[in-house]
Amino acid sequence: MQRRLKIGVLYSRVRVEEKWIFGAMEKRGIDYDRLDDRSIHFDLDAPEKWQGYDAVLERSISYNSGLYALRLLNAFGVPTVNTAAVAEVCGDKLMTSAALARDGVPQPHNATAFTAEAALEAIEAFGYPVVLKPVVGSWGRLLAKVNDRDAAEAVLEHKSTLGSVQHSVFYIQEYIEKPGRDIRAIVIGDKVLTAMYRKSEHWITNTARGGEGEVCPITPEIEELCLKATQAVGGGVLAVDLVEHPQKGLVVNEINHTMEFHTMQPVSGIDIAGEIVEYVVEAAKGKQVNT
Amino acid sequence: MSTVTCPECEAEITLDAGTEAGEIIVCSDCGVDLEVTSVDPAAVQLAPMEQEDWGE
Repeated sequence: MQRRLKIGVLYSRVRVEEKWIFGAMEKRGIDYDRLDDRSIHFDLDAPEKWQGYDAVLERSISYNSGLYALRLLNAFGVPTVNTAAVAEVCGDKLMTSAALARDGVPQPHNATAFTAEAALEAIEAFGYPVVLKPVVGSWGRLLAKVNDRDAAEAVLEHKSTLGSVQHSVFYIQEYIEKPGRDIRAIVIGDKVLTAMYRKSEHWITNTARGGEGEVCPITPEIEELCLKATQAVGGGVLAVDLVEHPQKGLVVNEINHTMEFHTMQPVSGIDIAGEIVEYVVEAAKGKQVNT
Repeated sequence: MSTVTCPECEAEITLDAGTEAGEIIVCSDCGVDLEVTSVDPAAVQLAPMEQEDWGE
């Protein structure tokens, strides 16, 4: 007789998304554990405790905690959603850009430099305005729209002096005159589940920064682009952020691997949490078959 | 219905039905973020400050 599946959900905070995910687990009668990333510890000589899970869904708010947990779980042979390799790429904007560039997926014009001087040279070559982004970070934090050389020098100096080592990787992106909105699409496996416009008067349209949501029809172009983008980063449960570029058309701005969907689920009417849980169950069944 | 006291301003806060441990609530009096550490008995503490690598 087949053993009952055991799922772990790694989280930092019970946001509304986690409540919906726990609810979807319970509705399906799934045996699952809530794993608070602040309480767990991994003994590398005793992986058995973790190997008892058929799959682990990672929902950590902390990129570092989530990523290292995924690396360990994958090393122990535990399937995870998403995998460590996917988290590694999606959690770092530069690695995402590199993966998209490798696969020829359209994206905004980006440049990278490792010193303030080289970054200033790159910015001057772009022309103003440009956007400076931290390679790791989310919710639209610490983005800087740089309108002129004075601002560029000031921001670069501040980043060099005040920032952590990671802020010395200067990620420079063209400023896109978008139509007051961007598009977020949820992709699970090879299916583009739903898409939403995120509208804001501010140039940062993230709903974590007050942007509003409205359903966006999934056109064949959006579907193809989203699938190419998610394949480029390794696939899984992902949110693809698209921007309507005035010259290039749709471009992929970023891909999130532990996405929030508190706006998207009610706006779309789609049970995103349920779809995520179904995907995790499939991953878990895969392990059961292979062991 | 469970009530807790805000550790910041001592306001009395009533937890909604369905509140879960690990959830973040906002004190309606002072606006501070509180983490629900337990629902039975009800307990809250100041939520951790946002870290640089936090996100989605």
